[in-house]
Amino acid sequence: MATTTLPRAAGYTRSWVYEWLTTTDHKKIGIMYVTTAYIFMLLGGLLALGIRTDLWTATSATGASLIPAALYNQLFTMHGTTMIFFFVMPMLAGFANYIVPLQIGAADMAFPRINALSFWIIPFSGILLFSGFLLGGAASAGWTSYAPLAEAKYSPGVGQDLWILGLLLNGMSSILGAINLLVTIFKLRAPGLTMLRLPIFVWTVLVTQVLLVFAVPVLASGLAMLFIDRNYGGSFFDPAAGGDAVLWQHVFWFFGHPEVYILILPAFGVISEVIPVFSGKPLFGYKAFILATAAIGILGFGVWAHHMFATGVVFLAFFSATTFLISVPTGVKMFNWVATMWRGKLNFKTPMLFAVGFLVSFLIGGLDGAFSASTPVDFDITDTYWVVSHLHYVLFGGSAMAIMAATYYWFPKMSGRMLNERLGQVHFWLMFIGLQLTFFPMHLLGLAGMPRRIAEYAPTAWQPLNQVATIGAFTIAASMLPFLWNIFTTLRHPADQPNDPWNAYTLEWATTSPPPPNNFEHLPEVHSERPLFDLKYGPHGGAPVAASAAASSGGQA
Amino acid sequence: MAVVTEQQGLRGHPHSQVRRTTDTALLGMLLFIASEVMFFAGLFAAYFTFAGQVKPWPPEGFELEAVPLPLILTIILVTSSFTMQYATMQIRRGNRTGMNRALAVTLLLGAIFLAGQLYDYANLPFGINSGIYGSLFFTMTGFHGAHVFGGAIGLAVVLSRGASGQFSAQHHTAVEAVHYYWHFVDIVWIFLFGTLYLLPLLK
Repeated sequence: MATTTLPRAAGYTRSWVYEWLTTTDHKKIGIMYVTTAYIFMLLGGLLALGIRTDLWTATSATGASLIPAALYNQLFTMHGTTMIFFFVMPMLAGFANYIVPLQIGAADMAFPRINALSFWIIPFSGILLFSGFLLGGAASAGWTSYAPLAEAKYSPGVGQDLWILGLLLNGMSSILGAINLLVTIFKLRAPGLTMLRLPIFVWTVLVTQVLLVFAVPVLASGLAMLFIDRNYGGSFFDPAAGGDAVLWQHVFWFFGHPEVYILILPAFGVISEVIPVFSGKPLFGYKAFILATAAIGILGFGVWAHHMFATGVVFLAFFSATTFLISVPTGVKMFNWVATMWRGKLNFKTPMLFAVGFLVSFLIGGLDGAFSASTPVDFDITDTYWVVSHLHYVLFGGSAMAIMAATYYWFPKMSGRMLNERLGQVHFWLMFIGLQLTFFPMHLLGLAGMPRRIAEYAPTAWQPLNQVATIGAFTIAASMLPFLWNIFTTLRHPADQPNDPWNAYTLEWATTSPPPPNNFEHLPEVHSERPLFDLKYGPHGGAPVAASAAASSGGQA
Repeated sequence: MAVVTEQQGLRGHPHSQVRRTTDTALLGMLLFIASEVMFFAGLFAAYFTFAGQVKPWPPEGFELEAVPLPLILTIILVTSSFTMQYATMQIRRGNRTGMNRALAVTLLLGAIFLAGQLYDYANLPFGINSGIYGSLFFTMTGFHGAHVFGGAIGLAVVLSRGASGQFSAQHHTAVEAVHYYWHFVDIVWIFLFGTLYLLPLLK
C-alpha cells in the first residue's frame, strides 16, 4: 500500500525522557527530588542493615567479626551521611519544591533553571560519595569527620576526599535551592496572601531556608580547610602540625546544629498541615507556632557547642542554658498539635497515623535531648548509644515519619491517584513498631555504657538488647515492601482523584490533581492561612457557605 | 536598589501582565552574598582562633609587609569599586557608553589586582604548607582571589552584553547584580587587608 508522509502536527512533543531530563517545572523537579531521596533512603537503609547484622553477634572467642572493622566504619559513616544529606534534605527540598509554589498560588519557582541545577547536583554528588566503595573504600571517619581522624595521616583513602567534595557540591545545591525558595516565598505570593497568612508548611520551609543560607557555607569553609589539610599540606586541624582539632568541631557544629533544625522544621510543617485536616479543625495557635518556629531558627545558632561538652573547652553553662531554652518553643509546638487534635473529629487515615506516630516518637526524642542538655548527665552518656537513640528518635521518629505522612498526604495531589489505605496501615504499623524496637533498646545500651561506632563487643548483657534492635531494623526494612508495592500498583491505576480528596484547607487543593503546567486556572480569594477552609466553612468555622462563593472568587485570578 | 516599582499582587501568576521585575533577581543575589559572607566568616573565625592561641602572632618569619604592593593592590581594588558604582549610575541614567567605559576600567583594575596578587604569592618566603600561618594566609587570600576572578567573569559578561547594547535605564538587572557582587569582594578584601596586614601593626 502506498503511504504518504504527513508533516508533523503542530503540537510536536518530545519523548518523556527528554522532557524530564530538561524540565524546569517545579512539580517535575519536586517529584525527581523525592524519588532520588527515596532511592538514597533505600541505599542508606541497606547500610544500616549491614551495621545491625554485624551487631547481632558479640565478638567470639576467636575475635572473628562478621563485618571487618574497616568496612564497618565505612558503613556507619556513609549511613549517616546518606540519610542526612541525601535522604532527608533532598526529600524536604523536594516537597518544598512541589508544594510551596502551589500553597502560595505561584506558577513556578522564582528561578526555574537554577532549580533544575539544584536538583541535578544531588544525584551526581551522591554518586561521587558512593563511588568511594569502588575506589578503595568510602569515607570512614563518621558523618562528623572529626579531625585529626579525618586527616590524611589517619584516613589516607580517596573516600574521605570524595566525601568532602560530595558534601561541598551537596551544600551548593542546598544554598541555591534555599535562595530560590526564599525569593519565591517573598516575591511570588498570590494576591491577598500576606506573610501572616502563609500556610505553616511555607513558614517552616522559609525559616529552614534562612538556616541553610547561613549555616551551610560555614560547613563549606570547614570542608575547604580539611581538603587543604589533606591535599596541600595545610595544618588547620592537625595538632601535630600546629592545628586545632577542636576548631573543626566548632566549625562543623556551627553548621551541624542549625542542620538539625533544617532536618526537622519542614517536618514540623508537614505535621502542622496533616493534623488540622485530619482533625477537622484549623491549627490551634497559628501565630504562636510561627513565633516558635522563628525562635527555634534564631536559638538554633546558639546551641552548637552542646555537641562538644566533653571537650572541656566550651562555656558549659551558656550552651546548656540555650539548649534548655530551645526546648520551650518546641514544647509550644507539641501543645499546638495536641490542642488541635483535642475534641477534633479525628480521622485516622495513613497520613494521620504517621503524624501521630511522629508526635509519640518525637516526644521521646525530645525528652532524651533534655537529658543530654544537662552537662553532668551528658558527660556520662556522650558518645554512647544513648546519643544514637536520641538522634534516631528525632530524625527517624521525627523527620522520616513526617516524610511518610507527607508522602501519603500529597501523593494524590502529585499523581492524581490515592495510595491504598490498607497497605498504608500495614506500612505504618510495621515501621512504627520497628522503630520502637530498634531505637528504644539503644537507651538502655547507652546507659549500660556501650559506645557508639564500635564493630565488636564482648558477649555481655549488651547482646540481647542489640538483637532486639536488629530485629527492629529488619522490621523497618520489611515495612518498605508494602510501601513500594503500594506505589507501584497505585501508579498503574488511572488518575481519578478530585482536586481535594482530603477535604483540606490550603491552596494546593484548589487546583486539579495533578495540577496543570501553570498550576492554577483560577485562584480563590485569600483572607487567611486556610483559604479552602474559609470557602467551605466561612472564616469563623461556621456553616458551609454557598457554592456561589467559589464561583465568584474565580474572577480575582 | 533597583528602580522598577512593582505592581502589588498578580506577580508570578500565569495570566499576569506584570513582568518579573528587577527586584526578584537582585534579592537572589543579596541572599547569595549573605551565604558567601558566612563562608568567609568561617575562615576569619579560624584565623582569629589561631591568632588568639599562637604566641607570637604572626609567628616569626611570617611577618607581612603592607607596603608597598598590598597597599597598592588595596587602592586598586577600592578604586574599582568606585568605577563599578559609576558604571551602574550611568546605566540607570541610560548612558550606555559611559557604562561600558566604566565597566572596562573596572575589569582592567580587577585583572591588575589578580596579577598583583599572583606576583605577591610568587615572592612570599612561605607557602600554604609551611605551618598554620601559611595555611591561613593562602586559604583566605586564595578564596578571595577566586571570588574576584568570579566577579571578573561577571564583569566580562555584562561588558560584552553592554557592548552589544543589551542594557537600558529600565533593563539592566545583570549590571545591578554584578555591581553588588563586586562591592562584596571589595569589602571582603578590605577586611582581609585590615586583618592580615594592619592588625599586627597595632601590637
